[in-house]
Amino acid sequence: MDGPGLPGLSTSSLAGETPALSVEGVSHAYGERRALDDVSLAVPRGGFVALLGLNGAGKTTLFSLITRLFDTRRGRISVQGFDISRRPGAALAELGVVFQSRTLDLDLTVRDNLLYHAALHGMGRRLARARAEAALEDVALADRARDKARRLSGGQMRRVEIARALVHEPSVLVLDEPTVGLDVASKAAIVDQVRALSRTRGVAVLWATHLLDEIEPGDHVVVLHLGKVLAAGEMSEIIAASGAADLRAAFRALTGAAVPAPETVEEGG
Amino acid sequence: MSAGTSAAAEPATLGTRGAGHHGLTLSGYAICLRGVMWREALRFIHQRGRFLSALVRPLVWLVIFAAGWREVLGVSIMPPYHTYILYSTYVVPGLLAMIQFFYGMQSSLSMVYDREMGNMRVLLVSPFPRWFLLVSRLTASMVISVIQCYAFMVLAWLWGVDLPNGGWITVLPALILSGFMLGAMGMVLSSLIRQLENFAGVMNFVIFPLFFASSALYPLWQVQQSSPLLYQVCLLNPFTYAVELARFSLYSTFNPLALAVVLVCTIIFTAAAILAYDPARGLMARRPGAGT
Repeated sequence: MDGPGLPGLSTSSLAGETPALSVEGVSHAYGERRALDDVSLAVPRGGFVALLGLNGAGKTTLFSLITRLFDTRRGRISVQGFDISRRPGAALAELGVVFQSRTLDLDLTVRDNLLYHAALHGMGRRLARARAEAALEDVALADRARDKARRLSGGQMRRVEIARALVHEPSVLVLDEPTVGLDVASKAAIVDQVRALSRTRGVAVLWATHLLDEIEPGDHVVVLHLGKVLAAGEMSEIIAASGAADLRAAFRALTGAAVPAPETVEEGG
Repeated sequence: MSAGTSAAAEPATLGTRGAGHHGLTLSGYAICLRGVMWREALRFIHQRGRFLSALVRPLVWLVIFAAGWREVLGVSIMPPYHTYILYSTYVVPGLLAMIQFFYGMQSSLSMVYDREMGNMRVLLVSPFPRWFLLVSRLTASMVISVIQCYAFMVLAWLWGVDLPNGGWITVLPALILSGFMLGAMGMVLSSLIRQLENFAGVMNFVIFPLFFASSALYPLWQVQQSSPLLYQVCLLNPFTYAVELARFSLYSTFNPLALAVVLVCTIIFTAAAILAYDPARGLMARRPGAGT
């Protein structure tokens, strides 16, 4: 199922199985400006893939295509085998999304935000309530269910957004720079929770970031730079292939650009 | 790009989770519509300031403006009125349409701009067809605008404006239809006009021109006497027909021309809104950074 130009991701775990999320040969332009150029990647079922790129690499554009804000004009995107252009309903039903911008309704309670989302997925009231409760427990915020979203901290809002994205039990969870603007502790909590959810629920995760400390040695990494995939594979393979000592040096060697140091990015980008 | 393989490669049935058991059934559509309306109602309840300002605005026109013009502008007998009427009675339908137009614009623009851009994205990642999501949204804002209209009518009645008894019911279908039309108009504008990012700009360039160049504040025959050109503009303004539809329905009188124009405009604006938010054709794709 892997598209061409996908070094390193054709591991045996993928063989013969439709990936949870597959992006094949996708390009996108805003007028003259090319934001994505022949991008391919795959997230195996239950797998965790980090999409590493600086701001402006094209991560948000890719998310807009995966979530069908824009139509995919060149290439193909599918979720659990459902083509996002041909079967958008089926594909979106299998997709959970955490946008980079804050998207909670601040005037509504935490639970009402989740119930609204459940309704948008056609879920009946009773099931929605049960799922909302379970999802909030997963992110350790069950006790804040009745609070207005406005009263939450930035990190708590993000966790509610993650819970919301899981209410309809999607197979794939995509997160666009979920830790931007958060302090170190909230950031760590979110990274840990999403990894745990991926393991316990078997949800495939595409995690877009520009922060190297969110990537673990065993992770699949896709390096996106100026709209192109420069490398893809396990972190150790990427480091080895570039002949560098660590991922930071490998990223610099691949892109010619330095990754921002972790301590300078707290205010977000 | 992979047209040959994709259809065959897709599984015929949904997975064990996701849309498999709470999918796009008819009851699913009903739940989705109800959810969108319920959220709009909750927001409406939580934002009391917005509700009050939506009521105060037409009241200022009725209580101050109409009182000032009361002696200057007597309105002669003309359909649907059977007697001479006070100016304050004349402006009520125009103010009803203004309430709906304001609410439609506000509701559409607030979804797209400012910090609320996210809400539009949350809506659009729903698996339901986009046209259905947008029509649900329109329905929700229409219902709220009709509630506001009735609240205003009660206040106008308390202020002493003479409203025919039967009109309270017969005006409802007109308000429902014009609520859709003006809401859809707001949605189209919200998707097309990038410059009008603040509400003041929309007031100056969209709402006020449409409001003043209509039959909301003065009968068209009077406009014709003073400016034939403005009269033509008023006749081309769909807002005029929303006002006239409300005016005639309030007096339980059928105005086929107003109904036809409002109906056709509703269909055109709704179709245009759906087109504007269509991922393939819409203008969203040409906006880098939309949603961040």
